[in-house]
Amino acid sequence: MTVTDTSQPVTKSETGSGPLFDADEERRARKKRTEKIAQYVIPLTVMAVAIWYWDRLVVWNEIPHYILPRPGLVVQTLVEDWSTLFASLMVTLQITGMALAVAVVGGVLLAVIFSLSRYAEMSFSPFAVILQVTPIVSVAPLIFIYIESRMIGLLICAWVVAFFPILANTTLGLKSADHNLQDLMTIYKANRWQRLRFLQLPSALPYFLGGLKIAGGLALIGAVVAEYVAGTGGIGSGLAFRILEAGYRLQIPKMFAALILIAVTGVIIYATTSLIAHLALRKWHESALKRE
Amino acid sequence: MTVPPIGERAPILHMREVDKTFSGQVVALRRMSLEVNEGDFISLLGPSGCGKSTALRLIAGLMPPTLGRIEWEGRSGGESGGTDDLGVVFQEPTLMPWATVAQNVWLPFRIQGKPFRSVKDKISEALALVGLEKFHDNYPRELSGGMKMRVSIARALVTRPRLILMDEPFAALDEITRQKLNDDLLSLKAKTGATVIFVTHSVFESVFLSDRILVMAARPGRVIREFEIDAPYPRDMEWRTAPRYGEIAREVSDTLHGTLMPPKEAAE
Repeated sequence: MTVTDTSQPVTKSETGSGPLFDADEERRARKKRTEKIAQYVIPLTVMAVAIWYWDRLVVWNEIPHYILPRPGLVVQTLVEDWSTLFASLMVTLQITGMALAVAVVGGVLLAVIFSLSRYAEMSFSPFAVILQVTPIVSVAPLIFIYIESRMIGLLICAWVVAFFPILANTTLGLKSADHNLQDLMTIYKANRWQRLRFLQLPSALPYFLGGLKIAGGLALIGAVVAEYVAGTGGIGSGLAFRILEAGYRLQIPKMFAALILIAVTGVIIYATTSLIAHLALRKWHESALKRE
Repeated sequence: MTVPPIGERAPILHMREVDKTFSGQVVALRRMSLEVNEGDFISLLGPSGCGKSTALRLIAGLMPPTLGRIEWEGRSGGESGGTDDLGVVFQEPTLMPWATVAQNVWLPFRIQGKPFRSVKDKISEALALVGLEKFHDNYPRELSGGMKMRVSIARALVTRPRLILMDEPFAALDEITRQKLNDDLLSLKAKTGATVIFVTHSVFESVFLSDRILVMAARPGRVIREFEIDAPYPRDMEWRTAPRYGEIAREVSDTLHGTLMPPKEAAE
């Protein structure tokens, strides 16, 4: 058998045994590298330009700092008031985290119960929907009338908003198992529990994680909104109260500082839930796979 | 493993005068009777709509017959014993994407309540039988279509069930892979003595693989003729080119065509 040399314009590496690249391939590789760097550089640059422009706007128009502070002043306030702001951030974060945890446990548990019993689903899903569609701001005052503990009241409010996406997504996921695999479970005479553990729960995992990403952000929103409604302050109050307080005192830079903390917290929550989803799915799920 | 001639095999499943009607009017299967014996390789062959998949789903216990009975030999109430009695290969590989190849094959044992460690050897053996001994820890997405099908076959036979059902398992594969899998299926059969019901619409596949062929017709779905093929196992390429193979294929083919000829009268 003879091998004919199909001569293409190739540049061999020096030893001649290394990988072969042609010009096209090299161009593609270069483009990929550039894109990878741009992925970080571009958004950072745009952000920096936006902040610079904000700063210039204030200077050019001579806007007083109690209307719109310069970014530098906001950062300065953030540093100066760090101890009160950080304490408040911890309170908000605590409520958010606990609400999310309860939402995850409750949402998944209820979804499992729904999947085990059609009657349970028929009976309770209207309540879940009503909870979801009623704006939390309008329910919160009632909750604070009935619930003595402010902390628990806040927790309930944050939970109510965070819980539904997890319930809805997990319920959908539990129903979305491959129908042939479901048949296989029937043929193998798997019991209800085995079917749930071996097939439905793993099938529902990507859906659940999608719900978790949404719920993380919603829990924070729920916690902040509830704090606004609760209104009372003092020691042990969250970021939303700091914003209200600073607003009453016309401490606009402090409002901005608190706002920034809330935004950063939201981003961190989203990044964390995305990371969890990626780690859990990277081995097998389409959403986490890299295409060659 | 040697299998006795067709008349002398022990029965494992009886299908007696089974009818299946959907929504009270569509007759999917009419009066099908079938005795499955240990070591049989039965093909259900026919055009689409002849009820061959319906017959398979009935045997699998996925739905009850409208009339008639399906009884498993030696089971109280005649119902299948799950993983001990049945293995299934679907048209798609039907693997769990979140589990490795070995974990997929473990499934029927897992349902029996057996820990992975205790059946590790059997899983390895099944994977070796289908030629995938090196792929234990791969995920299904890393395998080709043919390899996924092999995993599916390994899962179906790992518990050595009394009967393996195959529903057009190779229909979605390319011709070369399909022939290879047919050859391998026969050598598997020779090694394990498995009993198989194989649904197909390919005359050649059915004649190549099986020792009993039920030719079925549509509207209403029914069995019109049974062939017994006495060519011994293991069969190989030589069988594919034997004159007897050609003769039988011809006759089966003619029978199948006969079912298609008079569409109006046959429906009566």
